[in-house]
Amino acid sequence: MSESAITITNLTKRFDDITAIDNLSLEIGWGELFGILGPNGAGKSTAVNILNTLLEPTKGSATVDGHDVVFDPESVREVIGVCPQEPAFYPHLTGRENITLMGDMHLVPKDVLESRVNSMVEKIGMEDHINRKAKEYSGGMIRRVSMLMALVNDPKIALLDEPTVAMDPKSRRVVWDYIRELRMQGKAIILTTHYMEEAQELCDRVAIIDEGKLIELGPPRDLMKTHQAKNLEEVFLKLTGKKLREDL
Amino acid sequence: MNLRRIIALVKKDLKKTHREPAVLFLLIIFPIVLTIIFGFAFGGIGDGGTTSFDVGLFNLDATSQQADWSMAFVDNLTDSEVFVVHAYEDNATGQSALLQGNLDAFIVIPEGFGDSIVSYYESPIDPSSWTNTTIGLYVDSGSMMAVSAVPPLIQQVLMNTVFGSDAMTLSLPIEISSPALVESSTFSQWDFMAPGIFAFASIFLTMIVAQSMTYERDEGLLKRLRTTPVSSADYMVSQTLTYMIIASVQVALVLAASFAIGYRPATGPAGIAFTFVIALAFSLVAVGFGLIAASISKSAEVSTGVSFIFIMPQMFFGTFMPLGGATEVIAKFMPSKYLTDAVTTLFLRGAPITTPVIWTNLAIVAILGFLLVAVGIVLFERFGSR
Repeated sequence: MSESAITITNLTKRFDDITAIDNLSLEIGWGELFGILGPNGAGKSTAVNILNTLLEPTKGSATVDGHDVVFDPESVREVIGVCPQEPAFYPHLTGRENITLMGDMHLVPKDVLESRVNSMVEKIGMEDHINRKAKEYSGGMIRRVSMLMALVNDPKIALLDEPTVAMDPKSRRVVWDYIRELRMQGKAIILTTHYMEEAQELCDRVAIIDEGKLIELGPPRDLMKTHQAKNLEEVFLKLTGKKLREDL
Repeated sequence: MNLRRIIALVKKDLKKTHREPAVLFLLIIFPIVLTIIFGFAFGGIGDGGTTSFDVGLFNLDATSQQADWSMAFVDNLTDSEVFVVHAYEDNATGQSALLQGNLDAFIVIPEGFGDSIVSYYESPIDPSSWTNTTIGLYVDSGSMMAVSAVPPLIQQVLMNTVFGSDAMTLSLPIEISSPALVESSTFSQWDFMAPGIFAFASIFLTMIVAQSMTYERDEGLLKRLRTTPVSSADYMVSQTLTYMIIASVQVALVLAASFAIGYRPATGPAGIAFTFVIALAFSLVAVGFGLIAASISKSAEVSTGVSFIFIMPQMFFGTFMPLGGATEVIAKFMPSKYLTDAVTTLFLRGAPITTPVIWTNLAIVAILGFLLVAVGIVLFERFGSR
């Protein structure tokens, strides 16, 4: 196991003349739940997509469990679990089949896979629905299944891109508990979210990025203190709202 | 590559085939329904009827010293259940009747017909001493059945005339203007269409492959898979295997449906096994075209239209549609034509499994299949998967 779970060094990603990530550097430790916050188009998903090997950086480097995302993507994919922003799932498969398929892709031993799926499904409160076709699920159910698809390989590092969007408060709490449990297991978790209370509740540290640049980094409580804010949302608005006002 | 991943992906796609009503209909139900409807519509199944052909005959050898041979040939034609023979006194009247659609075929027995046969019997192993003649055969090009069936049937009657009912495929001094050595009895139109149904069913795999690939791309499923250790090779092999399995099922279902409505191909287990093999090779063609269609399509909806660019020509020029003239030339570029040709040779002509032409057809389909899959993979990786 490498010293840091994730190391991002001077990372830049450009799409033609748009700079999505601008010279970003971060280090995320094992057992850390790290939030990436930012307004729409800030570069959160781009950062996650570089870490999950879907995108290659224009400049800089990133390592996941010590494996370079550009030069050793296969090793990176072995240790990560990715919950994409849009919950990609096979509608004609049941929830269980979708999760099991991802386990097969990661070559989780068959006997382990079945018991693991059962245990995960129970924890996330999907026992009664898991054998229904996914196309019959509500938005919240699909999100929960999508997250289990990401975690069925028991990854060392989980990349969760807005996993609780469209969930009702009860389901969100269930997912939060699940994410906390993952952290307790020593996994490194990157969480992108638009819900500030979620980041405040869950994250050990957050990075606020805007226009691809890191504009603030630290534990939520420290940031609130520094910016004399009641909550993380106020910090976020203080740091990113100015730009919004200028746009208006 | 990893077998477990490939099997898991194949299972995933096969489940789609039987759980998605539209896919199930197109790939499984449609070929069965098509077989049954066409079988009943064109097979005369149920009324016990058989097809016969109106054949005009002009005998230029009727007054020669060896006229007995031409008379025997005419008698054999008349005795056949397949032909209704109409005698004509001159060539022009017979040709006119053919043009007006009153005849399916017009035969001109040449002068010297009897002499040719006599010369053969005088020296059967020395072709250089034979008196060669050619029977004029004109067939109604508007009748698919006549074009396909009459020449081999005439050839068969000729062989029977010269050698008796045990006629084999020996060399003769008499040719028919469009001869083919075929052992045949009575045919229904369905007999000529049935081989094309196998290609017809498999052609639509192209559309399903294109839709499936573009759907997985548009819905982020390909991206999701690319964040796992699954390789492109695992994925592409699984796609190919899936559609090979579906093609096998299609062949089995079309055969079963055909048998159920009374169709009996003129081949044995080896010929049927060969049909499975060439259908598997053809499924590669369908996957290749599907990948190419997916590569140039912006969405699953668009891919349906684009895939018809590949489906329609193959359907019209390579299945059971009648061909002639320019369409014959176009058909040479259609992979489905080689599948249909091979199955026709086995099922209709009753050719043995060792017949070189069917292996040539298989080689052509297989080579085209591998090439198209390779091109499809390259194009999809480059343009289609992002």
